[in-house]
Amino acid sequence: MEFKNLKLNKKTTFIVWVIIIAFIIAAPTILPVFRLNLLGRYLSLAIVALGVDLIWGFTGLLSLGQGIFFALGGYCAAMYLQITSSSEFPNNIPEFFGLYGVDNLPFFWEPFRSPIFSLFAIWVIPALVAGMLGFLVFRNRIKGVYFSILTQAALLVFFNLFNGQQKLINGTNGLKTDVTQLFGQMVGSEPMQRMFFWVTALLVIAAWFFAKWVVKGRFGNILIGIRDDEPRVRFTGYNPVIFKTIIFSIAGGLAGISGALYTVQSGIVSPQFMTVPFSIEMVIWVAVGGRGTLLGAILGAVFINYAKSLVSEALPASWMFIQGGLFILVVTALPEGVLGWIQGDGPRNLLQRFGLKRKIETYPSLEVNNKEGNNE
Amino acid sequence: MNNKYLLKLIDITVSFEGFLALNKLNLNLKKGELRAVIGPNGAGKTTFLDVITGKVKPTKGEVIFKGKSLVGRKEHKIARLGVGRKFQSPRIFENLTVKENLEISVSSPKSPLNLINKSIKDEQLNEIERLMKIINLAQKVDSKAGSLSHGQKQWLEIAMLVGQKPDLMLVDEPVAGLTDEETDLTADLLKSLSGENTVVVIDHDMEFIRRLDSNVSVLNQGTVLCEGTMETIQKDQKVIDVYLGRPED
Repeated sequence: MEFKNLKLNKKTTFIVWVIIIAFIIAAPTILPVFRLNLLGRYLSLAIVALGVDLIWGFTGLLSLGQGIFFALGGYCAAMYLQITSSSEFPNNIPEFFGLYGVDNLPFFWEPFRSPIFSLFAIWVIPALVAGMLGFLVFRNRIKGVYFSILTQAALLVFFNLFNGQQKLINGTNGLKTDVTQLFGQMVGSEPMQRMFFWVTALLVIAAWFFAKWVVKGRFGNILIGIRDDEPRVRFTGYNPVIFKTIIFSIAGGLAGISGALYTVQSGIVSPQFMTVPFSIEMVIWVAVGGRGTLLGAILGAVFINYAKSLVSEALPASWMFIQGGLFILVVTALPEGVLGWIQGDGPRNLLQRFGLKRKIETYPSLEVNNKEGNNE
Repeated sequence: MNNKYLLKLIDITVSFEGFLALNKLNLNLKKGELRAVIGPNGAGKTTFLDVITGKVKPTKGEVIFKGKSLVGRKEHKIARLGVGRKFQSPRIFENLTVKENLEISVSSPKSPLNLINKSIKDEQLNEIERLMKIINLAQKVDSKAGSLSHGQKQWLEIAMLVGQKPDLMLVDEPVAGLTDEETDLTADLLKSLSGENTVVVIDHDMEFIRRLDSNVSVLNQGTVLCEGTMETIQKDQKVIDVYLGRPED
């Protein structure tokens, strides 16, 4: 796929952010709790999408396995909530263990009694797993389609692993969080859900600033260099393996945070977070929003998911067709995604097509001197 | 012995599934030397560069650079030891600006931590400015490299090579697709770089090679056929047979 680098200009970014922030502030008053909770969930998905944009949009690594790290973050959060809310159950361990006749807490649950450990585990564990997986793959110079297939295979491995472990993590049923307690309140209660909405909104903004910081400057330029011409980066004296491992690990950490926030707002984490379609959808959000724009990843994740829930309510079973159509539209007509289209020559071309704007007769680069025509 | 030569290739053989791309190739380069390498298509010129830069591992033989063996080292390690390479078709980062391209080449150390944490050093910025003046791209600093003309791309890549401050520069067909004037300028630039740097230039263009006024190695069928000044090799019967004497298409 051809990558065109899009640096959103400051004005567009600013306008979009004003709209997003105004909406976030207004949402709790204008939306009923049910809708607010949905919005909160979709905002948390924006964080995993930011990670996908970092590795795919900037570095050219198309991972179809981000669900692994998303689910790991979710499990870390759910394990903490379950274990701290299990005092009234037999043996002081989470209720589900009783179903399988388990009396002793499996050893890896122990550290999750600590809130501080859990708070770190949510992003450190996924980041470490991503780092290790990434390092092995990148060191062996596996890239392109092979990388995508490998990440998808890893996703299936994790799915089956988690799905089968009833006695350790309740297997296919997953871990429920909505009836657990946090700060003396039920996680699924309305005030808690409102708080999670705010936390999520703040973390999305923080994640955007973080991602922006990562890609700005020379580090980000090396990522783009790796995406466009990896051997050239190598011959210039950089080791792409390290750079790719770092960015993959960052994306894993972001996925973990995203998964934890999604879990507490949807009330359950289960191996369903590691199904193949879900990880592919993450890529679609970014593709539709606009690869390599960061902001596009956020907008794509939120809007597509919101559209999904609205459409599914009105016309059940039609969403898959719409989503598929959207993806085809983006791949064929808007290869840079919606934001990329707006930022590029899209609107002008559209106006020209309807005769509303004069056609440019010379090279675009001569006429509009702040944009460069790609002379291929 | 090792100190006399910056680079020594000893009996390099590269076999691609039985096909010998290089066959017992021997070549020595003195420090500060400018060396031209010519040869017909398929003579192994690019493989020769691939072996030095670590892209291809020789089946047999040894590459000694500054007294150290390069065989088995990773490409980026070899680059850090001081071997820079310019590719046949200009390989620059088209989505980055001219300045960003040069930043990538002059930045040092090349570790992720240094790049993400610290801003670029002043001396490196000065170096970028100097390079941009040499290649006449000062007014294009913030243009995407992809928007440059072919000649400008070639020059940008040469500037990136110089910015890496390598001890050994390997330059593959630097004048392909350049105008006569640009070719002459490139020849002068490369000549001015030798002395301080050791430069190996690979090309077909005989006029250009003549203008470099350097020692020439002629490759044929993966081995060095003949070495000497332009005059010597032009008189060599073997060279005339395989290369120079060939009627041009």
